Amino acid sequence: MSAILPPPERIWWNLPVGKEEIVWIALSLTWCLIMFAMMPLWHFYGKQNLSNEAYRITASQFEARTKAMADQYEVRTESAMNIPVVHPPAIGDALPNGETSTGDVYMLGRLWQWWPMLELEKDKSYRLHLSSLDWQHGFSLQPININMQVLPDYEMVLTITPDTSGEFTIVCNEYCGINHHTMLGKIYVKE
Amino acid sequence: MSQYRICPDSGLYFDKSAESLMKVNAVAGAVALLVAGVLALLLGLTRWPSIHLLGAADFYMTLTAHGLNALIYWMIFFEIAILYFASSTLLKCRLAGPRWAWLGFALMIIGAVTTNVAIFQGNSSVMMTSYVPMQAAPHFYLGLILFAVGALIGCFVFLGTLVIAKQENTYVGSVPLVTFGAITACIIAVFTIASGAIILIPTFLWSIGLIGHIDSLMYRVIWWGMGHSSQQINVAAHVSVWYAVAAIAFGAKPMSEKVSRGAFLLYILFLQLACAHHILVDPGVSSSWKIFNTSYAMYLAVLASMIHGLTVPGSMEVAQRKKGYTNGLFEWLRKAPWGNPVFSGVFLSIIIFGFIGGITGVIMGTEQINLIIHNTYYVTGHFHSTVAVGTTLTFMALTFFLIPVLFRRQMIMPGLAKWQPYLFAGGMTILILFMLGAGTLGVPRRHWDMGFADAASMGIKFEFPGMAETMMALVGIGAVIAVLGGAIYLLITVGSLLFGKKLEPSAGLLQSFGVPLAASCYTSERPEPAKGPAADLEEHGSAGFEAPGTFVLAMLLLVSFVVYYFINWKYLASVWPLS
Ligand code: HEM
Ligand SMILES: [Cu+2]
Ligand SMILES: [Cu+2]
Repeated sequence: MSAILPPPERIWWNLPVGKEEIVWIALSLTWCLIMFAMMPLWHFYGKQNLSNEAYRITASQFEARTKAMADQYEVRTESAMNIPVVHPPAIGDALPNGETSTGDVYMLGRLWQWWPMLELEKDKSYRLHLSSLDWQHGFSLQPININMQVLPDYEMVLTITPDTSGEFTIVCNEYCGINHHTMLGKIYVKE
Repeated sequence: MSQYRICPDSGLYFDKSAESLMKVNAVAGAVALLVAGVLALLLGLTRWPSIHLLGAADFYMTLTAHGLNALIYWMIFFEIAILYFASSTLLKCRLAGPRWAWLGFALMIIGAVTTNVAIFQGNSSVMMTSYVPMQAAPHFYLGLILFAVGALIGCFVFLGTLVIAKQENTYVGSVPLVTFGAITACIIAVFTIASGAIILIPTFLWSIGLIGHIDSLMYRVIWWGMGHSSQQINVAAHVSVWYAVAAIAFGAKPMSEKVSRGAFLLYILFLQLACAHHILVDPGVSSSWKIFNTSYAMYLAVLASMIHGLTVPGSMEVAQRKKGYTNGLFEWLRKAPWGNPVFSGVFLSIIIFGFIGGITGVIMGTEQINLIIHNTYYVTGHFHSTVAVGTTLTFMALTFFLIPVLFRRQMIMPGLAKWQPYLFAGGMTILILFMLGAGTLGVPRRHWDMGFADAASMGIKFEFPGMAETMMALVGIGAVIAVLGGAIYLLITVGSLLFGKKLEPSAGLLQSFGVPLAASCYTSERPEPAKGPAADLEEHGSAGFEAPGTFVLAMLLLVSFVVYYFINWKYLASVWPLS
């Protein structure tokens, strides 16, 4: 019964090691290093990386920017809450004033909606800005299954390139109070 | 007056005051598990789409209470009992400051009750993570703080006992491996509680209006400094119990002390930083910080777990082979005592913890793969395989051993006890696999209605694929079976403490709940110091592998790991490009 008794020698460091242990440690360590290498490698060669771009922002600033975009590009409204559906230009699209668009689009989370709804174009890229006006929310894009945490006071900016078209739903997957389960948003991607 | 008792069945040694404290802590843990288990059934039946038992408010309240009672109260009470066992009993030493230990216990009870009251009053359904700026009632946080202070006192009693044992030479040489593992758990616990204090005390002050604002990201980073490291307490504790059970059930000795202890050291050195893998998709944290912390820190800890995964069953194999079960690769395993719940519980726990918990955990903790997993039901599947099977099932198995040894009662219904580990592990495995499956299809965790009926009535519609609903029903079936297994555990444990045959005439009702046995049991004045075996003269593995069967199982684990890991990258590569 020696795991519950003192080791045979006080300096346990000097006790011998079995062969399969050495082989197993070598294999496991190699595997750990491969897994480590995969993450930086994916930053260079993979296409799905979360951006590191984030800013501190107040709820009112973020709300104002989102609203400005929604007012400018609204194409219709949907649902009993009259949530606007907006169709903003993508990165590089020509703007009426002759400049090219930076493709900045905004979506805010608040109790209990994702606002506004977005209409995007397939295979074009957008700089998506996300933040929360109140509690923490979870941006879970379905059925693609991309999930991100959305925090108040922080604005995350990431470049997305929808490469499939159709109707996509944003489920809130961070608990945000009693009506958490009603918090759905939409992104439509047109061919 | 003597204060030491030697258990006639196991030869283990109990200090009178430590014995009482082990009993009360273990019993308090079992009560928390009972609460958690009842709530688990309600949760399972609510997330089963066609049953959908509770209303939304009750569901979120129940979920908050289930998480805290299972993850915090059940496990930490039981772990304090293990700390006292690993110090006082294994080192044959009196417990340092029993009065302090009782104070710690009282604080833990008061804390646990306070927080539970806050939750069931209904205004603190904030989940166990209590992410700011959502706010709970002040006594929700206060209870957690009191509980943590109590647990911290328990840690210091443990450390004090080690010091006394050293000073009074109650053991010869170094501490046993199991005690070494318990020291690991304790050191991590101190770090954990410090992080907890740093975040929960300001949060409490904020809830009573003394602090104006708590930053949501800072809260998450520090909260997970506590929340993640507390999982490492669990791992260190249950791995120690694995080694203890291997020793108890087989007389197994560690394959090599150096490797097993080195692996525990890796836990101490590298686990804390792994809080990063909870924040992989948060804004405002850089990729290099995430990669560094999630891999450098975590993978060396993963390495440590992979080592224990080999050495624990390996030590069992070596012991079985010495007994003559040498045919083929697996005779040692076929001839293992599968009808003894102490062994079968631990072995099932090792397998499910390793194959499901370990692999899914590392995959979720990969920076980019987390994008397709974060906050889905996959996460819930993962941690039930670690805490509910890995730790909980191990503690259940240990309890069956402790009923006669510590409580001096014969276990009732041994026939049913035989089946308990299989029922619990079987139900849990069903629950876990379908949680993982539903999560892969995008089903969120902590969510009352995956059918989105209320949203649809406001004009926004969404449905998960039919497969996801089927899987959620199967999760419910697994939940019912697992709860049944848990209920049998509690029935046997509580039944034995109340009605089990007394193995010692004075082991009455009060004695089951902490009162010492009759004075005549404590016969030993000053026990012989704990001493290890003489150094093994056998050649160490010179003729090749000592535990080839275990090595084959380990290779199977590694291959499954590699395959499933790359499947996840492939799945990630199929989603929308992001940068
Ligand atoms: C008796 C069997 C058990 C069943 C059927 C069960 C079932 C569940 C269910 C259905 C959820 C809800 C998940 C959600 O909707 O997000 C849950 C959450 C959870 N369970 Fe269990 N569970 C069991 C045992 C345990 C044990 C033993 C532990 C830990 C030791 C545990 C720890 C947790 C935690 C930490 C959560 C998450 C709470 C949160 O999201 O805040 N469970 N469990
Ligand atoms: Cu939300
Ligand atoms: Cu939500």
